[in-house]
Amino acid sequence: MAYPMQLGFQDATSPIMEELLHFHDHTLMIVFLISSLVLYIISLMLTTKLTHTSTMDAQEVETIWTILPAIILIMIALPSLRILYMMDEINNPSLTVKTMGHQWYWSYEYTDYEDLSFDSYMIPTSELKPGELRLLEVDNRVVLPMEMTVRMLISSEDVLPSWAVPSLGLKTDAIPGRLNQTTLMSTRPGLFYGQCSEICGSNHSFMPIVLELVPLKYFEKWSASML
Amino acid sequence: MLGAECPKPCKGKWPTPPFDPRFPNQNQTRNCYQNFLDYHRCMKTMNRRGKSTQPCEYYFRVYHSLCPISWVQRWKEQIKDGTFAGKI
Repeated sequence: MAYPMQLGFQDATSPIMEELLHFHDHTLMIVFLISSLVLYIISLMLTTKLTHTSTMDAQEVETIWTILPAIILIMIALPSLRILYMMDEINNPSLTVKTMGHQWYWSYEYTDYEDLSFDSYMIPTSELKPGELRLLEVDNRVVLPMEMTVRMLISSEDVLPSWAVPSLGLKTDAIPGRLNQTTLMSTRPGLFYGQCSEICGSNHSFMPIVLELVPLKYFEKWSASML
Repeated sequence: MLGAECPKPCKGKWPTPPFDPRFPNQNQTRNCYQNFLDYHRCMKTMNRRGKSTQPCEYYFRVYHSLCPISWVQRWKEQIKDGTFAGKI
């Protein structure tokens, strides 16, 4: 989950998020290179006594500073499009989980077999046990099997919240009357936190999401115990 | 209903609705609604002809997996009251 003084992304838990992390590193490097080059040139300009007032043409440099940025943009666009298409790949999910946004909590439904549904409210700060995370813990976590492709269908009963889990690279808006699909695949077990990501009223900051990724056997035991 | 086997090439129990190329994008609203309609239409036709309703189970499994419980309850109420907007 997020930690104090964090500067970068959370550790990736899904393959797509890993790709996004590397892409971000690549693009940010380009941004830093260009920025430092520009800053360096500006500093040179401001610290010289030399002048030149008779520039007539600059064909060569004009060509370079047109072609080079075009090449840099292509070097950014191609990996970006690759990841975009990778996100839309057809995969066959093993499980479907629905989440409905409400004011101000999420409810989850697992209806592939029996009807399992429950609400997930944030644990108020006054009721936190030692070691629990403020504004992030919930009473009922979303237990899911790890290393399996899960189809998440996200909708809402009233307002327009957004269901997000940063370490899996997921963020999908919840719209009443519409069923938005996203794919979830975790490479490791653990607890993964997210927060509502679209303003939806007074308690928008107090409806977090917690995914508990466990091996399949534990998931099956849990779902049997919840019925 | 819950003992349904999945369609031919698959073995074992029903896992989850497969990818449907009619609804390839993010918006799956129509996928849920279409299967709900298809289930009720299938049941109505099979019952009218006196045939087994076993083939309708596929549509049931899909809409049951995809559609939010509250939507299904609302539509069932509307069907009971005769105010459901879809053609069944």
